[in-house]
Amino acid sequence: MSSDDIYILGIHMTKFGKHPDSDVVDLGAEAAMAALADAGVTMADMGILAAGNLMNASAGFGQQLQKQIGQTGIPVFNVANACATGATALRTAIMAIKAGECDMGLAVGVEKLAGAGLLGGGGGGGKSDEHKWEPSGRFGAVAGVDGRIGTAAMPGTFAQVGMEYLHENDYSGEAFELFARISVKNHKHSTLNPLAAYTKEMSLEQVMGDVMIAYPNTRPMCSANCDGGAAAVVVSGAKLKTLSKEQQRRAVKVSASVLTSDPWQEACQVLPDVNTLTRMAAEQAYEQAGVSPEDLDLVELHDCFATAELVHYDNLMLCEPGGAVDLFESGATWRDGSTPVNVSGGLESKGHPISATGIANIWEVCHHLRGEAGDRQIEGAKVGLAHVIGLGSACGVHILESSAA
Amino acid sequence: MATKTQIPIVDYLVLGDDPHLEATECTSCGARYFDRRNACASCFGTDFTTVDVPTEGTLRSFTIVTFAAPGVPVPFVAGIVDAGGTSVRTNIINVEPDDEHVKLGMPVRLATYSLGTDDDGVEAIGFGYEPC
Repeated sequence: MSSDDIYILGIHMTKFGKHPDSDVVDLGAEAAMAALADAGVTMADMGILAAGNLMNASAGFGQQLQKQIGQTGIPVFNVANACATGATALRTAIMAIKAGECDMGLAVGVEKLAGAGLLGGGGGGGKSDEHKWEPSGRFGAVAGVDGRIGTAAMPGTFAQVGMEYLHENDYSGEAFELFARISVKNHKHSTLNPLAAYTKEMSLEQVMGDVMIAYPNTRPMCSANCDGGAAAVVVSGAKLKTLSKEQQRRAVKVSASVLTSDPWQEACQVLPDVNTLTRMAAEQAYEQAGVSPEDLDLVELHDCFATAELVHYDNLMLCEPGGAVDLFESGATWRDGSTPVNVSGGLESKGHPISATGIANIWEVCHHLRGEAGDRQIEGAKVGLAHVIGLGSACGVHILESSAA
Repeated sequence: MATKTQIPIVDYLVLGDDPHLEATECTSCGARYFDRRNACASCFGTDFTTVDVPTEGTLRSFTIVTFAAPGVPVPFVAGIVDAGGTSVRTNIINVEPDDEHVKLGMPVRLATYSLGTDDDGVEAIGFGYEPC
């Protein structure tokens, strides 16, 4: 191992689902303490804490967490980056180590979302029930624009992202059924993941016959709002060399850690462009890691909606440009395929406690690279990629490699 | 009795005999926007001009929203229209909200409708694109 490399030393995700008796600090503490135990270290070893809890982004979640698990005076970075908050926390801890400010750090992401409804949309402009039309906001809107001038809510936004891809690539098949079959895959995968919020297999008829939210996304094709936490301990290669053989064996190398935002593109302020920044992040990550898409043994990507999974096959270069449908139809992204995608069940069934997601997907990949994934183990997995998108947008891509050698 | 006045739902909708949308265009790079600008996100320029957006275009993407925030009537068709190279966020109106009637790539044109009248007698006018 190289002294300049960064490793995941310990990592944990809580059960995703409903945790009515735990608050966000409880879930964060559970994840953080388990990650520290997994790493074989304590808070005394941490040189930085990066923490995210998007729904209470101004609450100082990191310090609240410290007060429960260990106050040592280290710098705390409370981060908020939409659905990429967890990946941003991890990236922050990694940057601190790369900068030489410390040799070990803790990243934590937690959310309580069970029972939360539709996210995004509903805002903008004046109120529709006012009796006087008065322009307000950056569009000079006299009434709420959501529902009158398109949609800003997440299901419809990502529905359009998927439909736009089909239009650009002259797809002539049944759009609804295509996207529903992606959801069938992820729900099938979830049956092997005891930490997933939902672990039920769903037939194509069940997925298509469920409540329509925003065509072509029915309810099981949308990410599941739920509670959950995840945490990771990162360490420098130099420090890892001083730790035990067992710690070194289980450490997972972070071969690439990338965070991007939207470069300006025509239309990116009209319909969010989740493609360009993902492709940028992927290109940078493959170059950093010296890895190509064909080398990946598994991918956890941000299937916040079934329509999103399809476009990210292309954005992450798992297929030729324009070839996402063909890739899916080939069966390659099923767990027994050549590039298994979302063997955890993905956000559609594992769940999407926003700030936890960007660390939980790293946990999933690490679990396989360590050979500890039990029934859902991808045999012999050596290299994996984890991707998240926070709308607005932020994209995190991490490439991980087992260090067993 | 005073003439009834009208107000557009957003300030980039121009009313009158020939209703159309207008965009704020960066004079140095040509990037177009619909909101109030501080600077150009593409080239950082601060000099803008106003340009008319074509009223006809094609439907580049859509969704049929059947579940929305409280107070937003459903179902409605939301879409992105390519109006001569300028992308527009809009509802697709005057069409049955199902995938038999709304098709990717179909030609559409701008249409306006009334949002109702306020206490001062001012009528708000909304816009959408309809099949053509």
